[in-house]
Amino acid sequence: MGIEIKMPALSPTMEEGTLAKWLVKEGDEVKSGDILAEIETDKATMEFEAVDEGKIGQIVIAEGTEGVKVGTVIATMAGEGGEAAPAPAPKAEAPKAEEAPKKAESGTSKLASEAKATVQDPDLPAGTEFVKTTVREALRDAMAEEMRSDPRVFVMGEEVAEYQGAYKVTQGLLDEFGPKRVIDTPITEYGFAGIGSGAAMGGLRPVIEFMTFNFAMQAIDHIINSAAKTNYMSGGQMRCPIVFRGPNGAASRVGAQHSQNYGPWYAAVPGLIVIAPYDAADAKGLLKAAIRSTDPVVFLENELLYGRSFDVPKVDDYVLPIGKARIMRPGKDVTLVSYSIGVGLALDAAEQLAAEGIDAEVIDLRTLRPLDTATVLESLKKTNRLVVVEEGWPTCSIASEIAAVVMEKGFDDLDAPVLRVTNEDVPLPYAANLEKLALIDAARVVEAAKKVCYK
Amino acid sequence: MAKPTTPRADSAKAKAAVPAGADHNRPRPETPTDYKASKEELLEFYRQMVLIRRFEEKAGQLYGLGFIGGFCHLYIGQEAVAVGIQSALKPGKDSVITGYRDHGHMLAYGIDPKVIMAELTGREAGISRGKGGSMHMFSVEHKFYGGHGIVGAQVSLGAGLAFGHKYNDDGGVCVAYFGDGAANQGQVYESFNMAELWKLPIIFVIENNQYAMGTSVNRASSEDQLYRRGESFRIPGIQVDGMDVLAVRGATEEALKWVQGGNGPILLEMKTYRYRGHSMSDPAKYRSRDEVQAVRENSDPIEGVKKYLIDAGVSEDEIKVIDQDIRKIVAEAADFAETSPEPEMHELYTDVLVEQY
Repeated sequence: MGIEIKMPALSPTMEEGTLAKWLVKEGDEVKSGDILAEIETDKATMEFEAVDEGKIGQIVIAEGTEGVKVGTVIATMAGEGGEAAPAPAPKAEAPKAEEAPKKAESGTSKLASEAKATVQDPDLPAGTEFVKTTVREALRDAMAEEMRSDPRVFVMGEEVAEYQGAYKVTQGLLDEFGPKRVIDTPITEYGFAGIGSGAAMGGLRPVIEFMTFNFAMQAIDHIINSAAKTNYMSGGQMRCPIVFRGPNGAASRVGAQHSQNYGPWYAAVPGLIVIAPYDAADAKGLLKAAIRSTDPVVFLENELLYGRSFDVPKVDDYVLPIGKARIMRPGKDVTLVSYSIGVGLALDAAEQLAAEGIDAEVIDLRTLRPLDTATVLESLKKTNRLVVVEEGWPTCSIASEIAAVVMEKGFDDLDAPVLRVTNEDVPLPYAANLEKLALIDAARVVEAAKKVCYK
Repeated sequence: MAKPTTPRADSAKAKAAVPAGADHNRPRPETPTDYKASKEELLEFYRQMVLIRRFEEKAGQLYGLGFIGGFCHLYIGQEAVAVGIQSALKPGKDSVITGYRDHGHMLAYGIDPKVIMAELTGREAGISRGKGGSMHMFSVEHKFYGGHGIVGAQVSLGAGLAFGHKYNDDGGVCVAYFGDGAANQGQVYESFNMAELWKLPIIFVIENNQYAMGTSVNRASSEDQLYRRGESFRIPGIQVDGMDVLAVRGATEEALKWVQGGNGPILLEMKTYRYRGHSMSDPAKYRSRDEVQAVRENSDPIEGVKKYLIDAGVSEDEIKVIDQDIRKIVAEAADFAETSPEPEMHELYTDVLVEQY
């Protein structure tokens, strides 16, 4: 009986990849553990090993093929003493739905749906060219540009240099800037967060990458007690210009310890700047601003957004203001306030609402501390209804904070109670169906928006 | 065949010690010798140590009178450590960082006693404008980077300062002081690892005053010979009599030579003793009065320098002049700290962030 070798999923979020190289040829005998092929994902090049013993029958997908969907048959193998399975017809490259491995629709896959901003930042000259850029590239470009212009800037973290970044965000930086400025650390978050903070106190401009912010809990003492409080405690004498950055929030099917949104945690701390961008232009413009800031910045990225492409304006030095929200889509009936990955859902929801005759305004907070409450309150004056969309827990959240601010300063503008659309108040479960249930989606945003519009 | 084990050093031994047998093929710093101080240097050591002692006594009094609040950790008994080490450093080039028992280090670094005392009393004229307090004082001008309240944090931060020295290639060395209590914190070892891996120019100084708050070293540390704590990271350690300023200075010279030679970090364990409680609110029931008294009588660091001075031909009268001079400086600092105004109300909101957003 022949065996089909299928394109493997090599990371929790991988949907397709490039078949970079075959290391076996038709007719080769292979045994379990032999390397069959090299497969490139958006994060890394991985070696794909044989699980079964047998003879390679036919190589179906040639090396160099890009965009090979997970689950596609890439080769066939003859089992023990058997004939090679007949090669599937070429159309099998795109397997029928029922043939695809049962990759459960996870709660997060829907978060990364495409949605476009309709309003650009106002300060760009007319005729500015836009370039499709992934969030990952935009972040790398921001670091590279700042490193070119300021020799005090260096990048430090786990796997940032030789490995080119666990999520490939620092790809190419080692080649350009060398090991003095792109530094691999041991797995010691507390230690290197402290070393970074000390280097900043001494006058350098460190960018400290956490592989994910879940691991930064080991280092939170330095972020809060050392970095955030120093300027105040020293009466303005000793500064700590540092950026702590990395992916934050739920990824995909990685369970409770690797899936949480620290936005509200850090936004609670005076002395910190907290930024959580949604698209690539903001990722670039705000990371550049963060690196230039004399204050300590927590820069919260999102793994599910890394691979997504957005328009980034082609200007020499694209720096955005910290602490300014952005109206992503103007509307008059209801205000949807969000940040990071939630913005995409809010934009999706706005599209659906438009079809039902509700004109939603979408605000991307972009900076969580200091919070641009003026933009939110201004929008509320127009719409009189407000829903906060947050991929995170509900209790003591940014959503709670917005609700409080609106109660205190926008009460007379409210025609309905503020509603919060957040994740469920539970540790994130692994099971695909439960994960989906725990995380926010556009449908819930639509429902909440209709509710505040009494429709 | 098993490697020969390292013999356990005699815990009463106070002079420099190098563990025999452990990785003897690696180069090690030389065994330090006592510093040969000139008469002028001895006079300066004495002056600084007496300044710290009188300053701290006065701080204790002001605390009792309610002028100083919160936590206040006095350095009395440990004066030889800060004075011996600081005297070997180059101000403006080398950097220093320590924990919350920081008054002595600042005085030894030549920072004005008035602004330190005014910080203790929470006044506008304090070095942190009254917003830091006893545990959070800094002088970037002097490359004194605090003053940190979280036990052990200064070790990682100090490694960061050393990283900066290396990055800027400015020839500076960082001295990171911490106590026997902090020596058990995990981040200390994370920092040891990276400091040695990257050959950072840093001297780790463990001020082993025998008690982490109320817990003696032996009750808290499986390896109580703290100078050996860096060995598994290949950081050589030296145990030093921290009650003898010349031994401290001698060991610091050796440590500087090692670090400046590009060998990476070194660890100095200063065997010292604090006479007062951990903080002002510590009744110190964990040790006997006799124990404290015995140290005061037999190995007081100031009495030690006094003997050196007399051996060097300095008269009792000359020493008395210094004593009186110091009393005056401390009295003035206390007056200043008591009478200076408190911070203006608007200072509550300043310095949270540097920039406007």
